[in-house]
Amino acid sequence: MTFAGWLTIVLFAVILTALALPLGSYMAAVYSGRRVVLSPIFAGPERLLYKLLRVDPTHGQDWKAYAKSLIVFSLVGWLFLYFVLRTQNAPWVPHLLNPLGYHSPPWNVTFNVTSSFMTNTNWQFYSGETTMSYLSQMIGLTVQNWLSAGVGIVVAVALVRGIIGRSGKSLGNFWQDLVRTILYVLAPLSVLVAIVLASQGVIANFSNYLIVHTITGLQQTIAMGPVASQHSIMLLGTNGGGFFNTNAAHPFENPTQFTNFFEMLAVLIIPAALVFMYGRMTGNRRQGYAIYGAMMVMFLGAVCVAYIAEAHGSPAQHAAGLHTGVISGSGGGNMEGKEQRFGIAGSALFDVVTTVTSCGAVNSALESFTGIGGAVPFANLSASEVIFGGVGTGLYSILMYVLLAVFIGGLMVGRTPEWLGKKLEAKEIKLAGLGILITPLAALFCTALATASKAGRASISEVALSKAGGSTPQGFSETFYAYLSQANNNGSAFAGYTGFIQPNAGSLGSHGITFADMLGGFDMLFARYAPILFALAIAGALAGKRVTPAGLGTMRTDNPTFVVLLIGVIILVGALTFFPALLLGPIVQGLTGHLY
Amino acid sequence: MKRDIVTSIIGVIVFAILLGLVYPFAITGISQVAFPGDANGQQIHLNGKLVGSKLIGQNFGTPVLEKNGKPKEVKGAVVTEPDPRYFQSRPSATEGGAYNASASTFSNHGPNSVKTKEANEENIKAYLELNKNPATKTEYDPGLTVARIPVDAVNSSASGLDPEISQANAWIQAYRIAAVRHLSRATVDALISKYTSGRGLGFSGEPGVNVLELNLALDRLTGGGA
Repeated sequence: MTFAGWLTIVLFAVILTALALPLGSYMAAVYSGRRVVLSPIFAGPERLLYKLLRVDPTHGQDWKAYAKSLIVFSLVGWLFLYFVLRTQNAPWVPHLLNPLGYHSPPWNVTFNVTSSFMTNTNWQFYSGETTMSYLSQMIGLTVQNWLSAGVGIVVAVALVRGIIGRSGKSLGNFWQDLVRTILYVLAPLSVLVAIVLASQGVIANFSNYLIVHTITGLQQTIAMGPVASQHSIMLLGTNGGGFFNTNAAHPFENPTQFTNFFEMLAVLIIPAALVFMYGRMTGNRRQGYAIYGAMMVMFLGAVCVAYIAEAHGSPAQHAAGLHTGVISGSGGGNMEGKEQRFGIAGSALFDVVTTVTSCGAVNSALESFTGIGGAVPFANLSASEVIFGGVGTGLYSILMYVLLAVFIGGLMVGRTPEWLGKKLEAKEIKLAGLGILITPLAALFCTALATASKAGRASISEVALSKAGGSTPQGFSETFYAYLSQANNNGSAFAGYTGFIQPNAGSLGSHGITFADMLGGFDMLFARYAPILFALAIAGALAGKRVTPAGLGTMRTDNPTFVVLLIGVIILVGALTFFPALLLGPIVQGLTGHLY
Repeated sequence: MKRDIVTSIIGVIVFAILLGLVYPFAITGISQVAFPGDANGQQIHLNGKLVGSKLIGQNFGTPVLEKNGKPKEVKGAVVTEPDPRYFQSRPSATEGGAYNASASTFSNHGPNSVKTKEANEENIKAYLELNKNPATKTEYDPGLTVARIPVDAVNSSASGLDPEISQANAWIQAYRIAAVRHLSRATVDALISKYTSGRGLGFSGEPGVNVLELNLALDRLTGGGA
């Protein structure tokens, strides 16, 4: 561990908070329909879009109508993406946008990829540079990066409107929220981030792959493409699908020490700002600060554990005789699957940032993390991504936990639980309980199915098998992580787990592993849309409730006591659900130095 | 329902055009005009020939030749041995040979795996071998032992294309380079400093030495190696 490493972590938390505060206020203004600084630029295009889409933005929708628009829009988007990916080398695709003439991936892999990008997961069984044409990356995957992020954010906004609603049933208008999210929030940030990244070495071109003749007489082929535009929105929208296979570890996606820091900020800025937005919209900023505090405490805890564990090094390194301490000119630590320019702190922090959110971009190989270091992303996912979480998904998920915490707190003091002046009744608690349990249920069910079946074991990588060919804790970790990550719509991976066998670039002669592709695809779809429906239903149930003024006995939800209670509830639910499974994989590896 | 379907279809088409064509073309266009070097991958040319990208690491090995004079191949990948005259990059786990920049990948070697240990041991052996003077059978760097090998020299990188090595790794290799190229160590160490990237904003990440730039600078100093 180094001083610079700890400094990076501290400064990251400080700078993130400083940037997210004003953005939160700005977003509160956007979703309250007030004029904002960008209104003069976007008001015209906004009206034009409503006209094109034939919607009346002033028409309020109740939760069912809101949900219906969201589901239909997602379904149409799914079909469009599937079509784009399956017609990758169709005659109408210009050569410029498919210079290598790549064929389409098989149907089962395409099903998985489509569901993955639709649900903001960006789980990738394929590797970008050997599978996707430039057109597929742009009009297929990039578009869904925007739209799935937008859909996540509008659900959170609708839930907040339900919580603060004073009368009636309206949660706002889905189309208006979506258009505003894209124009006022995502577009300016995405253009800004893309241009900063391009100025630092993230490539942006439509060239054919470069052929290099090296000074020692070898030949190297270098993949190219329009990376900056896609990389920027995949960070901001917490999508995480890399243009290249190795994602944010690839020097063309994350070229320098500076871009690594910048990219982490880009991932967390919107999820963090949404929490402040929530505080603003409820009329009591402290409500936002309390949730932010709970998130930040858990976030920093995760970062510290990951950093210390990775700096310590792995049993395999020590068994080989390596010294993993800091020496002059080297940061030491477990550098297997890590890049020199990021070092241990930059890698541990990045991977915590992208696994607490639903981003899932990685700048190092999670599978090569030490047992305890690797248990951190597991734990982040086990908390159902409420530590900042994905854009929108993080806020609406933690609000369900807040509801639960208020209920439990109410039981402890023996009063009817109240939240922001609204009485919580059986209906809301049931909905929140179910909403919280969906993700763990999907993850554990799929993991059980995959570990218990021969078809599931086919996906385990060769390196995770023991020398005799038997399964190891690593093989279990791979499988568990795959379905946990997909259920949480995260998309990071213990990347040995595979669902796509591709002997040649361009998908000719390749085939998918139907079991893993389909199970993962349904895992993602179910764990995305079921909680969304529960969140909207809660919003609908709360919207019509009368507000009673807070009395002396009302439990406050904006003070440190509540922060502690909230953290307790989140950890309790996560630990009770996942601890047995975690023991079998990462923890057993972390606690013993045994080699398998 | 019907209204939703119509709006959704129009919405998907409109957004696909705006976000899937206009946006990437605009960003790419702006980047090509404003930062052409960066947008095209920081290419390095030598005597008019493309010799690499500053950001993409390379294998500085030479092909191993079969008895018939043809390069030896295993599974379609050319087998190479490190060229002692050049600084060597980190181990790379890409398929089809090290530093295959058309298919980036990491090793996925687990922390508690016997295979990881063996891969480490193999890389350690190769690193010691590389930095041993074949004539005298002693290390160029007299203090070099297994325990002193920097981890980045034997652990494979995340992208498989890491363009940098740690300074400690470069300093050890500097002994060999200085001996093979008949340079003073001070000269080589000065070059290492010159091609070391610092921490971002003064604190983010780790310093790293760009291997391709360093090797090109060596060739400029002592005449082309190849």
